[in-house]
Amino acid sequence: MKLPAVQVEHVCFSYGDNQILKDVSFTLEQGDFLGILGPNGGGKTTLLKLMLGLLKPDRGSIRILGESPLDANHRVGYVPQGTDFNNNFPISAMEISLMGRLSRSHLGRFYTRTDREKAREALARVGMIAHADTHVGRLSGGQRQRVFIARALATDPEILFLDEPTSSLDPEFETDLYSFLKELNSQVTIVVITHDIGAVSRYVKSVACVNRSLIFHSEGKITTEMLDMAYACPVDLIAHGVPHRVLPTHEAK
Amino acid sequence: MWEALQFDFLRNAVLAGVLVSISCGIIGTLVVVNRIVFISGGIAHAAYGGIGLAFYLGVPPTFGAAVFSVAVSIVMGLVSLKSKHRADTVIGVLWAVGMALGVVLVDLVPGYNVDLMSYLFGSILAVSDSELWLMLPLDAVIVLTVAIFYKEFMALSYDEDFAVVVGIPVKTLYLALLVMTALCVVMVIRVVGLILVIALLTIPPYISEKYTRSISRMMVLSTILGVAFTLSGLWLSYLFDLSSGATIILVAGAVFFLSYVIDLLGNG
Repeated sequence: MKLPAVQVEHVCFSYGDNQILKDVSFTLEQGDFLGILGPNGGGKTTLLKLMLGLLKPDRGSIRILGESPLDANHRVGYVPQGTDFNNNFPISAMEISLMGRLSRSHLGRFYTRTDREKAREALARVGMIAHADTHVGRLSGGQRQRVFIARALATDPEILFLDEPTSSLDPEFETDLYSFLKELNSQVTIVVITHDIGAVSRYVKSVACVNRSLIFHSEGKITTEMLDMAYACPVDLIAHGVPHRVLPTHEAK
Repeated sequence: MWEALQFDFLRNAVLAGVLVSISCGIIGTLVVVNRIVFISGGIAHAAYGGIGLAFYLGVPPTFGAAVFSVAVSIVMGLVSLKSKHRADTVIGVLWAVGMALGVVLVDLVPGYNVDLMSYLFGSILAVSDSELWLMLPLDAVIVLTVAIFYKEFMALSYDEDFAVVVGIPVKTLYLALLVMTALCVVMVIRVVGLILVIALLTIPPYISEKYTRSISRMMVLSTILGVAFTLSGLWLSYLFDLSSGATIILVAGAVFFLSYVIDLLGNG
């Protein structure tokens, strides 16, 4: 039996007195494609950072492919939210993509030929190979985001985590990205935070809604009810300020 | 100039200038891109505590400064990793306490009058052979460490979160960077003094960043600029009989403003 890709059990997390996540549990099987929805400030990015090991839960446990998040870190790829940081940094698209090849076991070694091939291949997959030597500051926001996706792909991840990957993408690549992710999903488990309900309805296999607590739907196909729920979720939660139960229409299935 | 070079002290000054520029070019680049200029200033000033301690205990001042500033750099590093929000305050306190400790310890040394100014503003012309032999291995340590962990340092400087996610020991490397900064600072104190360290550490990388496309080239260009500033400053100070440390910094500062103005005109 395959280990679950992600296993989150009773996780709580606070910044000081501000509780961000409360008793969050869900299990994601390998090969799944999870879309995480929820209002801004609802804890989506915090949940992602917990799964990546960047933050530690106050309570509860998180296993990634059966390991602790930091032990599994060579098996996951990560595309952060927003790319508008450090734009003056003297670094090229290729050097960023190569970062995906770094790991603890290769500490202090030079990049190998394979590393370079993988990094170039990843840039080619996101259509950025022509810009391999371009300075990061000269790329557009959308191009930078593609380079960040390439960097995550260069890791050869078993799970790919993306935090609002389409926030600064040009519209035509946005559609490309999701069909690309769908294709990638045949080998890689994908977890994506998004505001794009349309994309969720068309591409993902499971949906989770996060606002302090989490509701997980692992339906194999996206139904109109789920679309309703995805739209309703943030609105509903903002209105009541408390976690809600799954919509009745949904449970009736 | 050639006649002047025959003086041992001037030859030592030139060699010291080159050795210091190498470590400043490399460490300064990492300091600038990691935005840890303030911590570097703290380490430089707190180093005076080590100089005072060395006089008090009767050990060589450079040795005292090295040990003390390495210790301070580790403390500052741990504080900035643990409590990010108040780290700057703690660094500011250590900065001042280190200096005050140095002044008081020197006071306590009976009948000893330390040339305070030479540590505050440098005395490149007084660099001895033995100090040069101390700078050489320090340079070697810095060059080798950064060469071996170049891609890791680049990753943590550019995107710390991602570096953690791929499993790089970010905290250890960050502390290593601060320790190297401390060693670099100790060398620079001899050349331009602890008050002016920051200028030599940050001005060459700041200018280089605009004309380079990679960290390694930024380091090389910073080193070249550092050598140019140090040697031309030294030459001007010799010519007009000025303080060498301050003249070096003014040369660097003049080029800094010049590049800034050129930038403004270029973008305007």
